[in-house]
Amino acid sequence: MKLGGRLYGLMAEFDDPQSLLEAVKTARREGYRKMEAYTPFSVDEISEELGHRGRWIPAIVLFGGIFGGSGGFFMQWYAMAVSYPFNIGGRPLWSWPSFIPITFELTVLGAALFGALGMLALNRLPQPYHPVFNVERFGLATQNRFFLCIETSDPLFSREQTRAFLDKLSPREVFEVEDP
Amino acid sequence: MSSQEEPATEIERPPVIKPGHTFMTITDKISAIVLSRRTPLRWLIGFGVAFLFVMLLMWTIARLIFVGIGIWGVEIPVAWGFAIANFVWWIGIGHAGTLISAILLLMHQKWRTSINRFAEAMTLFAVACAGLFPLLHLGRPWFFYWLLPYPNTMDLWPQFRSPLVWDVFAVLTYFTVSLVFWYIGMIPDLATLRDRARNKFAWMIYGILSMGWRGSSRHWKNYETVYLLLAGLATPLVVSVHTVVSFDFAVAIVPGWHSTIFPPYFVAGAIFSGFAMVLTLAIPIRSVYHLEDFITMRHLENMGKIVLATGLIVTYSYLSEGFFAWYSGDRFEQYMELDRMFGRYSYMYWILIVGNVLTPQLFWFQRLRRSIPVLFGASLLVNIGMWTERYVIVVQSLHRDFMPSAWGMYRGTWWDYAALSGSIGLFVALLFLFIRFLPAISMAEMRELLPQAQVQETKA
Repeated sequence: MKLGGRLYGLMAEFDDPQSLLEAVKTARREGYRKMEAYTPFSVDEISEELGHRGRWIPAIVLFGGIFGGSGGFFMQWYAMAVSYPFNIGGRPLWSWPSFIPITFELTVLGAALFGALGMLALNRLPQPYHPVFNVERFGLATQNRFFLCIETSDPLFSREQTRAFLDKLSPREVFEVEDP
Repeated sequence: MSSQEEPATEIERPPVIKPGHTFMTITDKISAIVLSRRTPLRWLIGFGVAFLFVMLLMWTIARLIFVGIGIWGVEIPVAWGFAIANFVWWIGIGHAGTLISAILLLMHQKWRTSINRFAEAMTLFAVACAGLFPLLHLGRPWFFYWLLPYPNTMDLWPQFRSPLVWDVFAVLTYFTVSLVFWYIGMIPDLATLRDRARNKFAWMIYGILSMGWRGSSRHWKNYETVYLLLAGLATPLVVSVHTVVSFDFAVAIVPGWHSTIFPPYFVAGAIFSGFAMVLTLAIPIRSVYHLEDFITMRHLENMGKIVLATGLIVTYSYLSEGFFAWYSGDRFEQYMELDRMFGRYSYMYWILIVGNVLTPQLFWFQRLRRSIPVLFGASLLVNIGMWTERYVIVVQSLHRDFMPSAWGMYRGTWWDYAALSGSIGLFVALLFLFIRFLPAISMAEMRELLPQAQVQETKA
């Protein structure tokens, strides 16, 4: 497919995760930084090599849990003790033990929803268009092939040298990723 | 790390995936069910029958809204009847899905991978069926939103001290979290379907659902982290949901309900019936779609073991109920227990004993755990046993109150049976649709299980 637009990067296709991991390591040693690996399943070693630690997610989930739990507890206190005090047999209005089940449920709900939405936001999803989709064979990245894309935004990037470098890693093929 | 300890423990067991598969054969085989295989005639017939029952459910609901819940056999003293027994039964079935997907994930039980997606779907549909019954049982279901706290002109709040309101929050949270967990887990596979879709319509639908997933290492890292955390959140949630359901009973003073053993007893019963339901569903599906390579004998055998273990907990609960009725010295409690065994509803109690106490004992024997007809038959008996258990708890306890003047009998009407069978139809119909249109087995996680997926750290 000839799109004739700007170049987004160069992409190499590999057969197995081991070759991709070694390619990523070699590229790191060579000094490339702006690159991304695409795999049909999670390969922890590659994420680590590329410096993705997923550190934000636990913090977001924790915040969601605290927000949901404290919000739920506050709501019940406000409803039962302030907004609509209802005397049942002289029992205390602020009967906190009976507020615990809902507080717990809302803690879990808050944490789960924040976690899910946080994951999507950090991954910039939903994102219907991305230049890598212009490579026809990229569809295999969700099936059985492993891709490494070095982006033009990398200071070391040069169309010829980066291509020569990728060819040296013995990939199946190297593609130009266009961004029209 | 696991690759080193594997050989020692795995030698005798059948493998999780049949050897010889590659990334592509797994992808082909699982996505073909959705994308390229012709819809089998058996699917059409099965879905058609289930759909008829969905129509029966619709008819029942229409009739119920039009006439009122008097069409069900509920009457004082037994005001709960089928509806609440069905609710507890369905919720319990859902629990196995979360247990398989969350707890077994946290415990690194790799055999769960081929059944977790489909068990999660089972959870969602079971909770949806469960949610119907208390809503319809409200009497005026169109006012269901009165159960939720929202600013209203009546200046009222729900009573947050009531277990029935806790139940609303527990079930809604459970449904939402299960849905999120299921959907997030499915995104990479939806992207696979997008990339393999052969027509524009399928490509667009799966494209929208997969939200532009690219499988980049950043995507995977965030995804894996949140998936693990969601599993960690879902685990206590499962326990809390059936605990709250049991509070609906245990907080009341009715003999046979007012008991501290209810929460653990309900949770174990839920897992017990849920695993039985997974067996009931997995056995036909794996043979119809030829998934024996992925859902192996090892899976079925393990589920048999869990049914046995939870069945023993349930048995213990029955024994302790009897013991404490006697030991408490409470005459009402003692009478209730005797009436349960020898009274008007005793046939239900003995069905329950056969289904829940005797049936699981079969699984002590490996030969029976590995026999498909035995597994399937036993799972059906357990399903029936667990429904009767809920029926006994709800109906038998209520029909003998403290005062003989308040005693009464309850019998389900035609509409009760219509609603129960209709909800089973709805559940089955949803499962048929799920298998036809969504990836029933997680392809990404299955690929990860292959030996080719392992990478070694080299000193390169």
